[in-house]
Amino acid sequence: MTNKNRILSVNKLHVEVAGKKIVKGVSLQLNSGEIHAIMGKNGSGKSSLANALAGHPDYIITSGSAAMDGKNLLEMSATERSLAGLFLGFQYPMTIPGVTVVNFLRAAIKARNGNGIDMKNFRKVFKEKMKLLKIDNSFATRYLNDGFSGGEKKRLEILQMAMLQPKVAILDETDSGLDIDALKIVANGIVESAPKNSGVILVTHYQRLLDYIKPDKIHIMIDGRIVKTGGPELALELEAGGYDKLEAGISEKAGV
Amino acid sequence: MTSLKPEYQKKLVSDMEKITATNKNIATIGDDYAEKYGFHDPEEYFHKGARGINHKVVEMISKMKNEPDWMRDFRHRALDIFLSKPMPGWGDTKVLNNIDFDNIYYYIKPTRDQSNNWDDVPEYIKNTFDKLGIPDAERKFLAGVSAQYESEVVYHSFHENLKKQGVIFLDMDSGLREYPDLVKKYFATVIPAADNKFAALNSAVWSGGSFIYVPPGVDVGIPLQAYFRINAENMGQFERTLIIADKGSRVHYIEGCTAPVYSTDSLHSAVVEVIALDDAYIRYTTIQNWSRNILNLVTKRAVAHKDATIEWVDGNLGSRLTMKYPSVYLVGEHARGEILSIAFAGPGQHQDAGAKVIHVAPNTSSRITSKSISRSGGQASYRGLVKVHRGAKNSKSSVECDALLIGEKSRSDTYPTMEIDADNVKIEHEARVSKVAEEQLFYLMSRGLSEDEARLLIVNGFIEPFTKELPMEYAVELNRLIELEMEGSVG
Repeated sequence: MTNKNRILSVNKLHVEVAGKKIVKGVSLQLNSGEIHAIMGKNGSGKSSLANALAGHPDYIITSGSAAMDGKNLLEMSATERSLAGLFLGFQYPMTIPGVTVVNFLRAAIKARNGNGIDMKNFRKVFKEKMKLLKIDNSFATRYLNDGFSGGEKKRLEILQMAMLQPKVAILDETDSGLDIDALKIVANGIVESAPKNSGVILVTHYQRLLDYIKPDKIHIMIDGRIVKTGGPELALELEAGGYDKLEAGISEKAGV
Repeated sequence: MTSLKPEYQKKLVSDMEKITATNKNIATIGDDYAEKYGFHDPEEYFHKGARGINHKVVEMISKMKNEPDWMRDFRHRALDIFLSKPMPGWGDTKVLNNIDFDNIYYYIKPTRDQSNNWDDVPEYIKNTFDKLGIPDAERKFLAGVSAQYESEVVYHSFHENLKKQGVIFLDMDSGLREYPDLVKKYFATVIPAADNKFAALNSAVWSGGSFIYVPPGVDVGIPLQAYFRINAENMGQFERTLIIADKGSRVHYIEGCTAPVYSTDSLHSAVVEVIALDDAYIRYTTIQNWSRNILNLVTKRAVAHKDATIEWVDGNLGSRLTMKYPSVYLVGEHARGEILSIAFAGPGQHQDAGAKVIHVAPNTSSRITSKSISRSGGQASYRGLVKVHRGAKNSKSSVECDALLIGEKSRSDTYPTMEIDADNVKIEHEARVSKVAEEQLFYLMSRGLSEDEARLLIVNGFIEPFTKELPMEYAVELNRLIELEMEGSVG
């Protein structure tokens, strides 16, 4: 791949949360059309990396750089990052009582297109995407994540991604809390609705999502660092031995 | 909440959609209070009394209105009560104790006669109401409109077919002249002059307001509206409204209020009495949007007889201080009362609002939903009472108070009182205070909304249970008003 196709470039990124160093120098290159997976245990810093890239104000980037499509992400607000084409699928999507899913999506699309929103087209695409994700039509008029089951929330995240058509989608633990049927639907939704030239980063603890989405690259994150990068086979290695074995192996090599 | 009949609702919605599409008069007001509402007209009045309150002023008002003796006597007695009654020792006592009653104009008659023809209204008043979108609203979707300017209703119109069905919709003064017996039968029966100091003041100097009577079985269908406008500085507006829905009838009344921006206080002190006889239904909707120099001290109370329903839908924006607690007395078996209110307190504002329900008869039910938003140092208080008398067995009541705080110095207080003297009663009370969470803002911003848009969306969602009860045009206007109030608010 040439640099031309590079849509996300993260270099030696360090992130602190409440004064605590969480991400300790992560570098990551994502090309258009690629799917990467970042895997790691709870507390390894993978969610913090995702939040920092999306511009969460509590995640302070102390050094390093991040660029999307050649533009410096770190100079942008969360809003600007979204408008520039970054999407974060939340591990714990927020509830916004009184705001319907359809009104929320309309507002988000309006923010992109200015006042010109083609309602006819919006409705058509909205219906298609709901069908793809096997989401009932009644979702449209429910309040955003209010009273949603875990699985419904995750499906709604993917629906948002499908509607907003980002350049880079970082999906944070989108597979957690899903039963096997819901997992299949969500996985299929991700593959089907991520724009062709976009890049997708799946942040996950377990490899089971990767049974349905084959990533181009897998990064293993331990204690704020990417300790190993490889192809899809890395997931199987992980499944067989678990993080502890992997960690032990790496520690031995590093002579710790 | 019970809504209007579906066919009316449908018509209303389709009418509203037409207005929204073709006419932006109402929809666009609210972009800027000072410009759109806060202007004032030069005073070219037929009569403007002196400042201050005494028996001479009361006598003059009654004389100018050519009232029957009983009403004149009632006013004088009320003034004595007002003068002798101490200021309430609760609420915002600091503001209350600083009211300079001698500096207020108690009666201003802007025109000699009331008009039912828009063309006859003086140009400057017409322009004012034009700017506020009243004639358009009337043409498009209201069954009747009353427009009060200072102390008097200057314009009034009402659909012929409702008149033919025996529905009365007049300003209160005309009501007293044309239906003296009906007025005498009900006037001050729900809120006597001695109820509180401000009810006494209103009783002494009342002028204008609406008088509505709906005969048995008649469904008024589409809303009746009154619009109240204060223009002069240091004005006291004391409208008096009396609504009677006879057996099995239905009516929805909407009122809206604005005033110019002045540096010194004006006083708005209304008394509203609402009576639903057996099996009747009344909804009373208020969207007040006073300028920040208005002290809004209003007494609103309704009585629901057997199987009757009363609904207060009460939106409080603006004013410096509002103290208002719409009440329902459930005096007949199976009567129902609902109070749904929002209050928005911005910098320097205090909204002391709430609700009262008194269960007197058995098998009665009530629901209070109160939502308040305080931002940038604003103060919102919920003050409520649920009282269940000994005889009111098998009654149920639920109270829900929700406060949303924006900004560090904003404040919310809750003063709920429950007095339960009956057995077998089901009472629920829930109170919540929340802040616009950073996580919520980030979630919405990560979808491309600006911080202001995100905060506004959260606030609009918060009051959605209220907005959805409004006719669409009002809902649109309310959302715009909120947007105006939220402008530049810092989290």
